[in-house]
Amino acid sequence: MSKKILPLVLGAAMGVAATTAAGATTLEDVKAKGFIQCGVSQGLPGFSNPDAQGNWTGLDVDLCRAMAAAVFGDASAVKFTPLSAKERFTALQSGEVDVLSRNTTWTMSRDTQLGLNFAGVNYYDGQGFMVRKDLGVTSALELSGASVCTNTGTTTELNVADYFRSNNMPYEIVAFEKADEVVAAYDAGRCDVYTTDASGLYAQRLKLTNPGDHMVLSEIISKEPLGPVVRQGDDEWFNIAKWTLNAMLNAEELGVTSANVDEMKASDNPSVKRLLGAEGAFGEAIGLSNDWAYNIVKNVGNYEESFNANVGPDTPLGISRGVNALWNKGGFMYAPPVR
Amino acid sequence: MSVMEQDSAGAPARASLMNDPKVRSIFYQLVLVVAVVALGYFIVSNTITNLERQNIASGWGFLENTAGFGTNQSLVEYSETSSYGRALYVGFLNTLLVAAVGIFFATLLGFIIGIARLSNNWVINRLAYCYVELVRNIPLLLQIFFWYFAVLRAIPGKREKWSIFDTFHLNIGGMRLPKPIWEPGSEWVGYALIIGIIASYFVSRWARKRQENTGQQFPVFWSAMGLIVGIPIITYFVTGMPMTLEHPNFVESGPILRQGFELNVGINVIPEFLALTAALSIYTASFIAEIVRAGIQAVSHGQTEAAHALGLRNGPTLRLVIIPQAMRVIIPPLTSQYLNLTKNSSLAVAIAYPDLVSMGGTVLNQTGQAIEIIGIWMAVYLSLSLITSAFMNWYNQRMALVER
Repeated sequence: MSKKILPLVLGAAMGVAATTAAGATTLEDVKAKGFIQCGVSQGLPGFSNPDAQGNWTGLDVDLCRAMAAAVFGDASAVKFTPLSAKERFTALQSGEVDVLSRNTTWTMSRDTQLGLNFAGVNYYDGQGFMVRKDLGVTSALELSGASVCTNTGTTTELNVADYFRSNNMPYEIVAFEKADEVVAAYDAGRCDVYTTDASGLYAQRLKLTNPGDHMVLSEIISKEPLGPVVRQGDDEWFNIAKWTLNAMLNAEELGVTSANVDEMKASDNPSVKRLLGAEGAFGEAIGLSNDWAYNIVKNVGNYEESFNANVGPDTPLGISRGVNALWNKGGFMYAPPVR
Repeated sequence: MSVMEQDSAGAPARASLMNDPKVRSIFYQLVLVVAVVALGYFIVSNTITNLERQNIASGWGFLENTAGFGTNQSLVEYSETSSYGRALYVGFLNTLLVAAVGIFFATLLGFIIGIARLSNNWVINRLAYCYVELVRNIPLLLQIFFWYFAVLRAIPGKREKWSIFDTFHLNIGGMRLPKPIWEPGSEWVGYALIIGIIASYFVSRWARKRQENTGQQFPVFWSAMGLIVGIPIITYFVTGMPMTLEHPNFVESGPILRQGFELNVGINVIPEFLALTAALSIYTASFIAEIVRAGIQAVSHGQTEAAHALGLRNGPTLRLVIIPQAMRVIIPPLTSQYLNLTKNSSLAVAIAYPDLVSMGGTVLNQTGQAIEIIGIWMAVYLSLSLITSAFMNWYNQRMALVER
């Protein structure tokens, strides 16, 4: 008995050490378990929000579904983990999620100090302010002396501190852990101002008792490029995340939609052929099958379809493309070519 | 020892070393120690390896970097340009504050309800019973939300107020109180307070000696109150009232966001603090009430009868006979309620009270130093708990039965 214990303990310890040290790649892990674990928000309409049936929908959710379509050819091979702003990076670092697609701002410190990589930008956002219309405030520079509600642990908290400080305006910050509690406190009148990314303000306004009584001020006080994040040190998975987003953008640029993708496969345009895998072996180069982009567009759609379905003018959020239009239509969205 | 020697001498054909209970026990203990050390080593080295592999910076250097975020309550000077270490310190002090105030009110309320539970008055008795059963069976987080979100909606908005004596004001932004401003000369009031406390200590010693010698009682409580309160008040007037009150300033005109109470004038007790303290005190009081009731009922009724037989009235019977004995039963479980309250204060994060967990969480998110921050959290709550229980153990020993 006694002779057995020691080797058992040491063996177990070494066994664990061996598996953690060697570490299969994320793609191998994902293929082995059969789905992608995707970190999303705890409910932000338009970006990641469960609908009445409990299905996750949104722009950020579509990116995860597109990655699942690229890897498995099946947009439903994805499970979602709702994360608070505070938990999100730890969850990704520790491997609890494979990709974080949670309206997360790309900043230098996050990109360099946290062991993470941003795989691009799927929404160009900026921080704004929402106030009650009856305050009669028209500019953010009139917010001196206001109480400001926001989320803890976000770049928002830092931007608002910078903004009020640089304009020499006193303020009181009230920072909550969860977005729902921020909304409740703002709705109760605890704060004069609610600040977060402008897209978030439009989304959260829908949750207020009387959305029509509130307005978003026109000032944008920061750059908030939101994008998907993966762990640093796994270039294969990083490439898949990066090129999934690029494929959706390129598909829009080339006019490939979920409706016409089958016809487009027979297109004469070499760019379309390369994208959809009719020419070259671009899918294999990132460890996937050659019809990876075909699967993305077929199952999820291109960027425009995703944008219009989730946050576009015909949705309750009613956000216009603005800076999120393609580069050749006056926006910032520019994907490197597939070639 | 001699028995062992006899055994080994008297048993030449002894069994193998394996079956010697002493050797076996040492061997197993050794195995356990090795296993624990190996496990500890494995955890530490595995963490370090993984952190390095994922390119995550570790260490304590981040504590000196600029925090860059603000807070709505700090007991010490703090601004956006302070360091992360300072931010954590602010959070730590806020935790201490809410725990101390919560413990004070929980104890006060708990003792009142506990004694009310034993009342002969049917209404008081039932009311206390309902309080205990209702409050202790509702999860604390829900109670915090109730106090914060439900009660918050009932009080006036930012541009209105409720006032008491035109001195204390309440609105959704918090409770405003006048702030004492100490001027030169006011330190004498502080010295007077210390002198009063020392003097009342000597008076109580003298009074006890006198009672032991002569049996005559002296009104210790009232004379001590006179010394502790009276001397500073006299000093205050003698030194020419070196203190002014800074009253909260309620602005009724001008830009709408500047209306209401002016920031940083007077004392503002933020609503997050009020809600958290109310929820923690009321919740913990329901447990303390049961502990107090149990403690008092644990003292046999014969003690009361004996005290009455000696001619003691009801008040002195409770104060001199029942409570000192009940305290022995009450203190140990009371300690664990104090520890619970302190740890439960970390639920503050749900309602934007900037306690250690809330501030630490922000620092964690800005820096990504999860292991360090969680280490700090654990170390702080562990030390707070150990200090509280050390103090309560000391108090318990003082109150314990002295056998003569």
